[in-house]
Formats: sequence, structure tokens, C-alpha cells
Amino acid sequence: MEVKPPIPQIPPPNWREFKDLQEWEQCAQARPEGDKASAFAEQLFESLEHFPGGWLAVTSTEKIFNWARKSSIWPVTFGLACCAIEMMATFASRFDVERFGMVTWASPRHSDLMIVSGTVTIKMAPMLKRIYDQMPDPKWVISMGSCANSGGPFRHGYHVVKGVDRVVPVDVYVPGCPPTPESLMFGILKLQEQVAEFQHTGTREPSDRAE
Amino acid sequence: MSADQAIALIQDRFGVTAQGEPDGLTVEIPVDRWAEFARFARETLGCRYFSFLTAVDWKEAGFEVLCRVEQIEARLAITFRTRLSKETACPSLTAIYRGADWMERECYDLFGIRFDGHPDLRRILLPQDWEGHPLRKDYAVDTAHHPYR
Repeated sequence: MEVKPPIPQIPPPNWREFKDLQEWEQCAQARPEGDKASAFAEQLFESLEHFPGGWLAVTSTEKIFNWARKSSIWPVTFGLACCAIEMMATFASRFDVERFGMVTWASPRHSDLMIVSGTVTIKMAPMLKRIYDQMPDPKWVISMGSCANSGGPFRHGYHVVKGVDRVVPVDVYVPGCPPTPESLMFGILKLQEQVAEFQHTGTREPSDRAE
Repeated sequence: MSADQAIALIQDRFGVTAQGEPDGLTVEIPVDRWAEFARFARETLGCRYFSFLTAVDWKEAGFEVLCRVEQIEARLAITFRTRLSKETACPSLTAIYRGADWMERECYDLFGIRFDGHPDLRRILLPQDWEGHPLRKDYAVDTAHHPYR
């Protein structure tokens, strides 16, 4: 007996059209510039500096703030590729970055640090930019692994951003493919040194490599 | 159905000889009998399992679309392939195999092969505003792509 399979009737598509890259960019650019709270703090500090002896208060409060900032860097839970496995190992109990005060937080709105762990494709780049834009200032970025640094082995692929610094400004580059948890922890310690010298709040200049 | 029976049926209906091992027959068919062969493979040969559909860019010799269907119980697998002419259009198998939908969209996305009769032929992997089809041999890999490259 011959089997007669039913011919499937495919319904017409009824989903909403996904936004393309240019529209994502327009959404990101329509966002108001700067962080109002930190701009206010900057203005307060600047006016305080003009009082006699005000610089003493400003520099020592900056030091206290920076100590607090570097002692509680919260990275956003954001893994892109195989580097994320090493990042998870770093966050897990064996290497335990929680002793640096780092708590991975599943919301960019409470986070200070984004660890770009893995290949950034052209399709993923607007989403990465969006997560970065949602983070409150001051914020830092660690580019982890060859792919995020420069594109890595996929540099000559058609779909890979040649380095995440074309999308967001990067503070620390961690080389390796993938970097070991020790490398990432060294990068985090370097970032802590950088945060201890942090001076100004507010948005930063975009990377000079970005076009 | 055994492989010998399948070879005889294909020879009888399409006039081509299937090559290869019994668990991996290969049939070369012209593009205008592409959908007809798929329906024949599904209904007569009983190959209900759609394994994959992909394409090869042979540069000057044109594109080749190939598709593998299987009959799981009898361990019969047929790969049928066709060579496209210059306009790189091919009949769609979506009405015969439901699984061909996304495979053909991927094939369209990366090779730019137009599948006539497909209900929703859009890009599936790349962004909708991408220009060109990257797995073609003549695609320039370093094509600039706003705003990140």
C-alpha cells in the first residue's frame, strides 16, 4: 500500500519585521547624551574647587569614591562565545572573583563593567551597543580574547566585527584564545588600577578606530 | 524498498542511473524535474525524512543545488542534485517537504539562489539589510558594512 503523506498548508507569515542595523543605530543615536546625575556631580565638584581648601575635599572624596568603585565592579552577565566558558570559570568558586567584590548581575542597569567575551558578529554588534548604552556611567569594558580584540581567527570572515573597539570604547584588552582565568583576573586587576585613577564622570569620546 | 528497487524505479521514470552505495545514492537530474523528483522520492520511494538541502558554487560551471532525503526504516538515502543555469533559480520543495523551508531560506541567504514557489523567501541568518550573498565565490569578503566595518 502506498503511503500518501498530507501536503502541508503553510500559513502566511504574520510576524513583525525585525529592525535592521540602521534603525538600531538611529535608536541609539536618538538617546540623550550624557548621564545627568554624573554631570551634576561634576558641576558640584568643579564649583567646590573654587572655595579655599575645596580641592582637599574634592580629591579625598574622589579617592574614596574610586576605592568604592574599584572594590565593587559588577560585571553584566554577558557571554558571547567560547571565551564565556573561561569567564564563567573565573566567576566560579575555584578562581572566585567575588573576593574582588565582583558580582555578576543580570541587568546592565546595575552594572559597571562589560566583559566582551567572544566573537562579535555584525548582527550582534547593535545589541552589544544597546547593552552598553543601558549601563549607567561610569562604565568600563574588558575585551576578552582574540576575537573581541581584533576579530581573531575570524578576522577575514564576512560577518565579524574586526575588534569590539569599533563598537564600544575598551579599557583593558586581554589576549588569548581563549584567555585562561588567570589572564582574565590579571586583566581585572589592571582594570582596578585604572579605576583607582578614574577622574571624570560622564560619557567618553568614542574610539578613534570607529568610523 | 531496497536500493536496487529504487535504482530501477528511478531509471524507469527519469532515465538516469543512480550512483553510489545503497545507503547513499546520488542522482543527477535536470532542474525542470527537480520538484517532480522530490515528490517521487517522497511518495513512491517513501523517503519521508528530509536531511538537508544546500548548494555549491562551481564558479564558471554555475551553481549546484543538492538535497538528501532518507527512508529511515530501509536505510535508503538518496542525494539528488541539479545544475542551475545562469539565472540561479530553482523550484521550491516547501510544498513537499516542510523542512525545506528554512534550508531554502538559508540557501537563498548565503548563495542568492531564488527558490520559486517558496512562501516566505527572506534572509534567515544575516541582517535583512545585508548586501550580497557571502558564500558565493565572487563575494568580496572585505565588503564594507555600515556602521561597524
